[in-house]
Amino acid sequence: MLGKLDWSAIPFDEPIPLIAALVVFLAAIGVLAWITVKGFWPYLWREWITSVDHKRIGVMYVLLAGLMLLRGFVDAIMMRTQQIAAVHGPGYLPPDHYDQIFSAHGTIMIFFGAMPFMIGLMNFVVPLQLGVRDVAFPTLNSVSFWLTASGALLVNISLVIGEFARTGWLPYAPLSELDYSPGVGVDYYLWAIQISGVGTLMTGVNLVATILKMRAPGMGYLRMPMFCWTSLAANLLIVAAFPILTATLAMLTLDRYLGFHFFTNGAGGNPMMFMNLIWAWGHPEVYILVLPAFGIFSEVFSTFSSKPLFGYRSMVAATLFICIVSFMVWLHHFFTMGAGADVNAAFGIATSIIAVGTGVKVYNWLFTMYGGRIRFDTPMLWAIGFITTFTIGGMTGVLLAVPPADFMLHNSMFLVAHFHNVIIAGVLFGAFAGFTYWFPKAFGFRLHEGWGKAAFWFTLLGFILVFLPLYIVGLQGMTRRLQHIEIDPWVPWLIVAACGILVMIVGAACQITQLVVSIRHRDELRDETGDPWDGRSLEWSTSSPPPSFNFARLPHVGGEEAYWTIKQRRIEMQDSGEEPAYEPIEMPKNSPTGFVAAFFATLVGFALIWHIWWLAIIGLVGAYATFVVFAWRDVADYEVSAEELERIERAGRAAWFKHREELA
Amino acid sequence: MRMVLGPCPAATGDYVITTIGTNMKRAGSSGLIILLLGTTELAGCAGGVLDPQGPVGAGNRTILLNSLAVMLVIVIPTIVAALWFAWWFRASNTRAKYDPAFTYSGRIELIVWSIPTLTILFLGGLIYYGSHQLDPRKPLSSTNSPIEVQVVALDWKWLFIYPDQQIASVNELVMPAGTPVRFRLTSASVMNTFFVPQLGSMIYAMNGMESELNLLADKPGVLYGQSAHYSGDGFSDMNFRVRIVPPEAFAQWTAGLRGGGQTLNAGAYRELARQSQDVAPFAFSHVQPGLFDAVVRQFLPPAPGPNEGRGGNPRVHPDPLGPATPADPNAIHERHGGG
Repeated sequence: MLGKLDWSAIPFDEPIPLIAALVVFLAAIGVLAWITVKGFWPYLWREWITSVDHKRIGVMYVLLAGLMLLRGFVDAIMMRTQQIAAVHGPGYLPPDHYDQIFSAHGTIMIFFGAMPFMIGLMNFVVPLQLGVRDVAFPTLNSVSFWLTASGALLVNISLVIGEFARTGWLPYAPLSELDYSPGVGVDYYLWAIQISGVGTLMTGVNLVATILKMRAPGMGYLRMPMFCWTSLAANLLIVAAFPILTATLAMLTLDRYLGFHFFTNGAGGNPMMFMNLIWAWGHPEVYILVLPAFGIFSEVFSTFSSKPLFGYRSMVAATLFICIVSFMVWLHHFFTMGAGADVNAAFGIATSIIAVGTGVKVYNWLFTMYGGRIRFDTPMLWAIGFITTFTIGGMTGVLLAVPPADFMLHNSMFLVAHFHNVIIAGVLFGAFAGFTYWFPKAFGFRLHEGWGKAAFWFTLLGFILVFLPLYIVGLQGMTRRLQHIEIDPWVPWLIVAACGILVMIVGAACQITQLVVSIRHRDELRDETGDPWDGRSLEWSTSSPPPSFNFARLPHVGGEEAYWTIKQRRIEMQDSGEEPAYEPIEMPKNSPTGFVAAFFATLVGFALIWHIWWLAIIGLVGAYATFVVFAWRDVADYEVSAEELERIERAGRAAWFKHREELA
Repeated sequence: MRMVLGPCPAATGDYVITTIGTNMKRAGSSGLIILLLGTTELAGCAGGVLDPQGPVGAGNRTILLNSLAVMLVIVIPTIVAALWFAWWFRASNTRAKYDPAFTYSGRIELIVWSIPTLTILFLGGLIYYGSHQLDPRKPLSSTNSPIEVQVVALDWKWLFIYPDQQIASVNELVMPAGTPVRFRLTSASVMNTFFVPQLGSMIYAMNGMESELNLLADKPGVLYGQSAHYSGDGFSDMNFRVRIVPPEAFAQWTAGLRGGGQTLNAGAYRELARQSQDVAPFAFSHVQPGLFDAVVRQFLPPAPGPNEGRGGNPRVHPDPLGPATPADPNAIHERHGGG
């Protein structure tokens, strides 16, 4: 009846996951009860859960990412403390638990922390910057989000029901095959990533279609803001790379479920093929994460330097260059597998060539600051923190691309330090910069600057304290994923790293405090103008938060910096021009399709993990029926009347001019 | 296996300093030399990759430091410029000239593209040269004739077979100093990486495949070896002691072992290949010829994994090998699947 599922799946003998799960469970019950008591359900259902508005979906993505970043961070704290607790001893995490933790840490941080954060920001910002009203496929967008949430849910269920993978964040065969991982951990991984991967792929298709086909009148490709360009590149990479991931994991699934031999040791299977395939996705994935971050930094450097982006076309070229070359370097993840010297040299050189594109970007950001009038608001601090520390991370990356150097540093703590150096300093700092930068646009009030700056400094300091020592122990020969430590000279550095993570905890606490304080003082932090940073692209031309339709009339774009041009003209003319005649517009209606489909997808995933076949069939039928019902809907749009548009627009314009007068 | 390394070797200090010194002249940053030297010495005490005990490790390190120096030449000025631009052009600085029209300059774009390109061209040469010079397959030149060691990564211990001497050891690698060692590596089950940080290059050990690595240890000593690729629950204890001894002592060691003790044949191998953790070093006095090739070609089937995971069904994984000791312990004939 319940397949492999029985009471032995609950870890009653392991207090740490049990208590953690209990706390999370009680917190969730508490939140749900609070929502029920306050009567928020109809509001949540109407305005968020069934919403197909790209802005709402973007916000939900970022919220999910924030929660998952915290979960992954807790894993990180456990890993750092375990390694200092387990010097010549067992520490407090037995190997089978520790192995799950580092696997979950990587999986959660990449798939459910960094990815949703970036996708959330792209979702929110790209249509606004393009001057359009929504993404190309609004309901599909909602399905994407809820499928991602479904994957995240499955990973977190594994905390308490069964186990998570003990294979590392990429389940290398043959360790991940049934012979060596007979438990349900790898199955949790496979189904969680497959379900959320479908969501990611659909997001990729959606955003590529949006950027290619739905730009405001006059916005040619070479007038798009840099963030749209990097989003385009990242989503092209998603469309090209995620099918590889899906296919690879599908093959592993066939091995595990139906006795196939794609990656097994015996019967003609080839485990090396798994490595090749997973990295053929995995390396572009790095750029899927970091390219949008580069876009965010481009916006931030330009806005807070009060200057247009330096070398715009050069930046576009560098972005596309990175986009293409990132597909040609995957082998550098296993130089030490014994490929010939020519193969290693070719991939080593290809890898270092990527640094040319990145280098160009760094210099163009430098010259964007040159001659500027720089304001050090929180997003700019993240950007400067990024440019200084990321350069080091990039350098160590090129170092690892040199095969003889990699022969000593592959899989070492040096590698761990390197990729955290680029992912934290690049992607996470970018995410935080974008979060602070666009928060006022999403909610109509700014985040508290003091707490934001404190969060920045503590995070930066903690990050350096954690990862500088890890570079050093890597050079001392320490390999990654050790559950206990036998070599004494490594220990002092690991202790420094553990202290560093304490500082990062303070940083994270500041970040949360910032959010709470800002919400409590939202009236003082209110921004009526819609343009709190003196912005340059179209998202700042509409009110904050933008109306559901974004723009009452689609803006006409006359140059590279669409809103800056409009704004300067308005200031010179000292009036808003004549009020245009508004026409009613049609917006897509809410749809519960995404939520319901994801509910069934979660059932399917859970059922397949535990071999509960009847439930899997119910889930599949349910998911299919959901789409059939959606396809047969009669009314897809609702109308916003001209009067409504006029009323909203007038209020916005009045606030803008009032603000300008106050400035003058 | 509990292992604490001896005192750190001091003799190599001079060499480290001269190498870094010459590299750093190009970088032109004395502060960084000090910083790096500090790192180097600390790393040296731990027996890290910057304190090599053989020509391969030394070659790797030279390439590493040269590449680092080449990149620091542009990375340090870039970081300094970033901080300086940001500070000088702060909004409150009235002496800085605000020039919002400065958004393109062909000359700067040319420089911006050529600096990284030239650096990478230079580095590309280094990569090409290094990859060929330090190819793990490349035999090492020495006046002594090389010996062969066959390495089998087991769950979770290392088996070292000396085919010429027909002996084997577990979790202890004994190497004659000054003699090139040709390693042939494979794995009984999952992937592992054979790595002795102070000897240099690491290489994967994979089931059904054979990889090759050539190393040489300069002088006697005790080094730390490990698996550098996560391989399951017992991974953290998959370390081994590398005892480098004078050639005479090596001959003595092998002769002493042959005197009597356990034999490693197919049956003993199957028993050994079962999962076990934290195995203390021990040796076999005799090894059945052809055992390593039998593992590589999967005449000896891949070793079994665990019986179940948490919440898993115990019936999911019946032991594929049947009884641990077959009737004829020397039989190497069962093939696993079609491999």
